[in-house]
Amino acid sequence: MNENPDSNLPDNKISRREFLLRTGAAGALIAGSAVGGMALWQRKHIIPGFEPQKGLQLPSYALAPNSSLPSLAIAHGTEHEKTIRAAIGALGGMERFIQHGDVVMLKPNVAFDRPPALAATTHPEALRTVAKLVLEAGAARVFVADNPINSPAGCFLKSGLRAVANDLNLDLLYPESHSFSPLQLKGEILKNWTFFHEPFKKANKVIGVAPCKDHNLCHASMTMKNWYGLLGGRRNQFHQHIHSIVSDFALMMKPTLVVLDGMNVLMSNGPTGGRLSDVKPMGTVVAGLDMVAVDSYGYTHLLERDLAELTYIHKAHDRGLGNKNWKDTNHREVQAG
Amino acid sequence: MKIRTARRISQVFFFSLFCFFVVITDLRYLKGYPASLFLEMDPLVAFATAITTHSIYKGLIWSLVLLIPTVLLGRIFCNWICPYGILHHFIGWLLGKGRAADEQVRIESNRYRSLYQVKYVILIAMIVAALFGTLQIGLLDPICLFHRSMTTAILPALNLVCPSTFYVRQYFHVGAWVIGFFLFLLVGMNVVIPRFFCRVLCPLGAFLGTLSSAALWRIDRDPHKCVDCDLCLKNCEGASDPHTQLRKSECFVCFNCIEDCPEDAISFKFMPQLQHEITTPVVPVRRALLGSLIGFGFFGFGRSGGTADRNYDKKVIRPPGSLEEKEFLDRCIKCDQCIRACPTNVLQPAIFSAGLEGLWTPILNMKIGYCELNCTLCGQVCPTGAIQRITIEEKTGVGTHAEQGPVRLGTAFYDHGRCLPWSMETPCVVCEEVCPVSPKAIFSREVTIIKRDGNPITLRRPYVDPALCIGCGICEHECPVTDEAAIRVTAIGETRSRERRLLMDGGDTSAVRQLEQRQR
Repeated sequence: MNENPDSNLPDNKISRREFLLRTGAAGALIAGSAVGGMALWQRKHIIPGFEPQKGLQLPSYALAPNSSLPSLAIAHGTEHEKTIRAAIGALGGMERFIQHGDVVMLKPNVAFDRPPALAATTHPEALRTVAKLVLEAGAARVFVADNPINSPAGCFLKSGLRAVANDLNLDLLYPESHSFSPLQLKGEILKNWTFFHEPFKKANKVIGVAPCKDHNLCHASMTMKNWYGLLGGRRNQFHQHIHSIVSDFALMMKPTLVVLDGMNVLMSNGPTGGRLSDVKPMGTVVAGLDMVAVDSYGYTHLLERDLAELTYIHKAHDRGLGNKNWKDTNHREVQAG
Repeated sequence: MKIRTARRISQVFFFSLFCFFVVITDLRYLKGYPASLFLEMDPLVAFATAITTHSIYKGLIWSLVLLIPTVLLGRIFCNWICPYGILHHFIGWLLGKGRAADEQVRIESNRYRSLYQVKYVILIAMIVAALFGTLQIGLLDPICLFHRSMTTAILPALNLVCPSTFYVRQYFHVGAWVIGFFLFLLVGMNVVIPRFFCRVLCPLGAFLGTLSSAALWRIDRDPHKCVDCDLCLKNCEGASDPHTQLRKSECFVCFNCIEDCPEDAISFKFMPQLQHEITTPVVPVRRALLGSLIGFGFFGFGRSGGTADRNYDKKVIRPPGSLEEKEFLDRCIKCDQCIRACPTNVLQPAIFSAGLEGLWTPILNMKIGYCELNCTLCGQVCPTGAIQRITIEEKTGVGTHAEQGPVRLGTAFYDHGRCLPWSMETPCVVCEEVCPVSPKAIFSREVTIIKRDGNPITLRRPYVDPALCIGCGICEHECPVTDEAAIRVTAIGETRSRERRLLMDGGDTSAVRQLEQRQR
């Protein structure tokens, strides 16, 4: 303080410079607070919980319609790889769906912490084969993602899907809290819901790889129901309107391709299963562009039930989201070699 | 007029004004009075909520007014306006060392101590907690603390002794003794250290002290006239060392030193020299770091209990208009003005049900009261918008708000084992009678059963339509099974949080609701 030039001034006399500095600082503090305060001023109240909701719109990943090629393929065989290759081949090969450099999102159903043999989750060989086909077709990057019911790490580990992702260098995305964003939809029930957006930020093609399962509430979980795993939040409310919700999934997601793995079908005690006696070998893989058609084949020919009771298929059909009369579509049935 | 007299007039005025606001915060008297004005003028409330919410809610903009005298004159608020400071000043004079005969005792009790840094550490902890997203200033902010003490401890206790002074019917507050205990403890500490709360704990004082670093006027001692008698310390409220370099951030601007100085060496001056003062608060860096850690810990450990998230308590039923829980905790300052204004006494300070963060925040206790359908007083007096100032139309979901429906606080559930018509062959359905919505959320079905004595009896057994229930809790309040009602409201279904709704579509597919919409 000794070097302060002011110390030479008589008591209580301050320099013009100090006067300006100190009044300036006080004035700036008041003026800054006033400007900041007015900028942040919330003049109106809100009604909590009733704010208008906004969300992202999901694009369609579907191919342009091509009536000269089949839109549904049914392959019978004994091995996953051969049968899936036969089914995709019957549709014109993976090159029809995936071009060089595509970023592909593969959506398995990994809802439960179960080993593959119980058929409650997408079989690792099914995912492996589809992923291989996609990579062979020149995909630059492949995401695998699902939001399971059971703990995600356990589901991916014990279903064997993590090992497949590791083997083939696929990007496995766990459902982390930052992976979700609200999705806007004009569904029957689904209007705005938190969505597993992370893989869709980059992917330009989407392929669903679903097991074929009995379901206690909505009768069957196949390729349409598989998209349940892309949603977050309070999914346990979906059950109040399950058929409307599942048909809303057909509105929400327009996939490039869906694959229904019916090699081993969970016939009873679904969707969790738990005994090998719940599983029946059916040796069939269905692939198609229209998941309503794929699921109606699965329900009648793999789960071997009456389509009349599967309300969500009829809802989706009536809403123009697909064709439940699979026989009317351009389809091929093949035998794997 | 002596400046000390002017200050005393100011103290009496503001203390009386505060008490006036406390007393008239009551349905019978509240006619547009700015009952939460002291809270709205509190710059720490505005500053801290601006950190957590990036906004300044409605009346909090008044806090800018208080900045002006602080930045010009220093902490004049603390000894001229603050009702809690005035209380401590008065109690210190009445019971403490303020009237000790020995001047030396008084002088020693008013010397600055490093203990007085603690309030800055507290302020840092609270601001760091706010930066992470939990607002805790209300624990110690003097205006919040005094409002809370008045509402939950002082008024009910006085009313017990003199019935009908403040309430038509006696009010009860869960855990009132804890708040009362802290009030007595803090006020009683004046006997040990004068102005203990103001000097040691007060985060608002610390905030204003920091701002007053820029003050243009301050107490100044003329060293040529000073005879070093230290008499200026005799009545120094802030312990701000007027006998040497003034600690500007500690000075309450009470002006006692000016009048106590026998040599006229002390005056209140415009821009005295900086080298004769300690301009800014003294807080060692390590203490500041400690404060930051406490703030982080309060947020981190408090929030990891999950009470604001998945592990929410079914009994944390918030007042109508409350924000979603995390946003609610961003704003609630625990002043308990809503609890004071509530006409049914249903609002109660939470102890630990809302987590560590939610201590003394308002929750509904249907055993004590219920939420009156045509009432939004809690939102009218909430200074920070933790409870938004919704209208009756918005609350009840009528008129232009019919499409979105009513604000729901929770959902009522039957406990059949305790319900008279369900389990005890006895007619009742008080719950259906008092259900205030139309059509009623509670309906009953007639059944005829054979009683134990062999005679038939026709009973009405009640049900809840979850699409219509607003969770007001009057059914629970009026249930004759008064110790633990046969119908109880829990928080599920509250509309403030989309994560806590019970029905997927908000009840739009309820048959009754569809009928209602068709009739509209």
